[in-house]
Amino acid sequence: MKKLLKHRELLLVGIIAIMVAGFATRAPGFATPGNLANIFNDTSILIILALGQMTVILTKSIDLSVAANLAFTGMAVAMLDAAYPGLPLALLVVLAIGIGAALGAINGYLVWALQIPPIVVTLGTLTIYRGMAFVLSGGAWVNSHQMTPGFLNFPRVSVLGMPLLSWIAIVIVVLMWGLLTRTAFGRAAYASGGNPTAAVYAGIDIGKTRFFAFVLSGALAGLAGYLWVSRYAVAYVDVAAGFELDTVAASVIGGISIAGGIGSVAGAVLGALFLGVIKNALPVIGISPFAQMAISGIVIVLAVVFNARAERRAGRIILRDRGAKEVSA
Amino acid sequence: MSEITETGKRQAIPDRLGTPVSRLLGSWEVLLFGVAVVIFIANSFASPYFLNAWNLSDATFNFTEKAMIAFAMAMLVIAGEIDLSVAAIIALASTAMGAAAQMGIGAPGLVAIGIGVGLTCGAINGALVSVLKLPSIVVTIGTMSLFRGISYIVLGDQAYGKYPADFAFFGQGYVVWVFSFEFVLFIVLAAIFGVVLHATNFGRQIFVIGNNEFAARFSGIPVERIKFKLFLLTGLMSGIAAVCLTSRLGSTRPSIAQGWELEIVTMVVLGGVSILGGAGTIAGVVIAAFVMGLVTFGLGLLNVPGIVMSIFVGLLLIITIALPIVARRIKHMRTK
Repeated sequence: MKKLLKHRELLLVGIIAIMVAGFATRAPGFATPGNLANIFNDTSILIILALGQMTVILTKSIDLSVAANLAFTGMAVAMLDAAYPGLPLALLVVLAIGIGAALGAINGYLVWALQIPPIVVTLGTLTIYRGMAFVLSGGAWVNSHQMTPGFLNFPRVSVLGMPLLSWIAIVIVVLMWGLLTRTAFGRAAYASGGNPTAAVYAGIDIGKTRFFAFVLSGALAGLAGYLWVSRYAVAYVDVAAGFELDTVAASVIGGISIAGGIGSVAGAVLGALFLGVIKNALPVIGISPFAQMAISGIVIVLAVVFNARAERRAGRIILRDRGAKEVSA
Repeated sequence: MSEITETGKRQAIPDRLGTPVSRLLGSWEVLLFGVAVVIFIANSFASPYFLNAWNLSDATFNFTEKAMIAFAMAMLVIAGEIDLSVAAIIALASTAMGAAAQMGIGAPGLVAIGIGVGLTCGAINGALVSVLKLPSIVVTIGTMSLFRGISYIVLGDQAYGKYPADFAFFGQGYVVWVFSFEFVLFIVLAAIFGVVLHATNFGRQIFVIGNNEFAARFSGIPVERIKFKLFLLTGLMSGIAAVCLTSRLGSTRPSIAQGWELEIVTMVVLGGVSILGGAGTIAGVVIAAFVMGLVTFGLGLLNVPGIVMSIFVGLLLIITIALPIVARRIKHMRTK
């Protein structure tokens, strides 16, 4: 199994490299280190969100509310910054993470304590959180001139040749890698998705593990909310509409099994980069940006087909694993 | 161990079922009907314009198209699957009809195209789920993005208008007095789906699959074939809904019916269909359609913006699912 996973990530690296090389033949500047760093910076927010999504998916759940969470938190901190320019940036960032975590905790609580299927909970909170962003702002925009320069410039500060946004993503990748491979929570997350029954017998509280996965996903969405608003220098209700699908797509492309228990941090990062490269290449090779949605759709379906092939055990399965059905409910 | 006993579908069979009347009174459908009546009365107090035959007829347009899809979705959910691509199918079918209308194709041709696109999309979903055995939730998230994405490629930021005059009947026509074509179609479809789900072999097999797919296979039920048919049916209903909606609006944008998948799933769940599969009735979905239509129409009369309404829809979804679970838990604690 481990060999297969290793193989898969190498395969993704290879595909991304071929794509970059292919695009470079059409647009010579595409493969330069500067442009690649730009693509990474552009994909940073997706990487951060995909890592949260991945943790939730590992526990056999799904979080469709991340983009709405991002929109609400982004709006909240942008309005705070506009209304009280004196607030220190660190406080706002902590607030963003805190609000995001609280919204994630609501999802997690409903999944944990009331045992409502995660897909239903997050479909519901998706509309609720985005609706709350509207109620909070009254439908108004927060524009760049209303926000303080410190608030706006933080992700753009260049450290060792790369913007801080990229560094934040790198730090989170490392932290998430540590969390998922080196802590009890990480192991519990894999176990409660891989085989819930066995996990219960091993003394793992599945509900609690899912709860913390949702809190983590929410916290990362909150952080991404601040980063998004400051990077694009505008906050409005429809910020990142539909972005939750990109996070699911990145996870699925990266080999994270939607049935839970399988996947790696490297996979999620590569999945996000895969989408990032396509997104940045489309305008360069002259394809309408309107095509992006259809392309992600095809990529999601293909990735699911590919994953199912890889996970399928040898021999013909007449009766599917009963544990694997739960997530579809 | 709570994980296994609570999310599983095993339920204790009570010693006494109670009298038929008490069972009927305690059922979800009757409870929901009570809610509908309360909302109806509240609406007539909230706005003086509410109690008017034409106004009520207008109110039905709020839910008829969604309800048509909800019937098929109910069957799909009862069988333990879900289709999140329905709204995207509407967008694609509507775009295809729009393109055809620009080429001068008449109303019958447009209807055939709309339904054909719906069936094709349903067949794609069905094949991915039943032939390739993929989880329906991810597959339909993918196809949702794909189908609507194609509409965006075709239309971009443009819109189609100029539909033939006789095409308007499907969304704007009236059969008799205040009863619109859509409302009559909704009633007829409700009857057909009710009979198919509750009085045929096919319907029984759907319940069996949803309750225990494992046992269904051992009983010789063609599980994959039935699932394929259900996705096809959902695609068909999305195509029909696309005809009605396009005809009613008289124009097509790629963002048409955005977010409907959520409202349709909410309608199904509100109607008492178990999201875990295996239980539900068409009658419940019909009443849920009325409840949601009345709530959104009432809020509209009170000038509540659409996005705020969506908060109510989201809350409705979570609360209706949470309530029975909380109630069961309280009951459980008492018996302990």
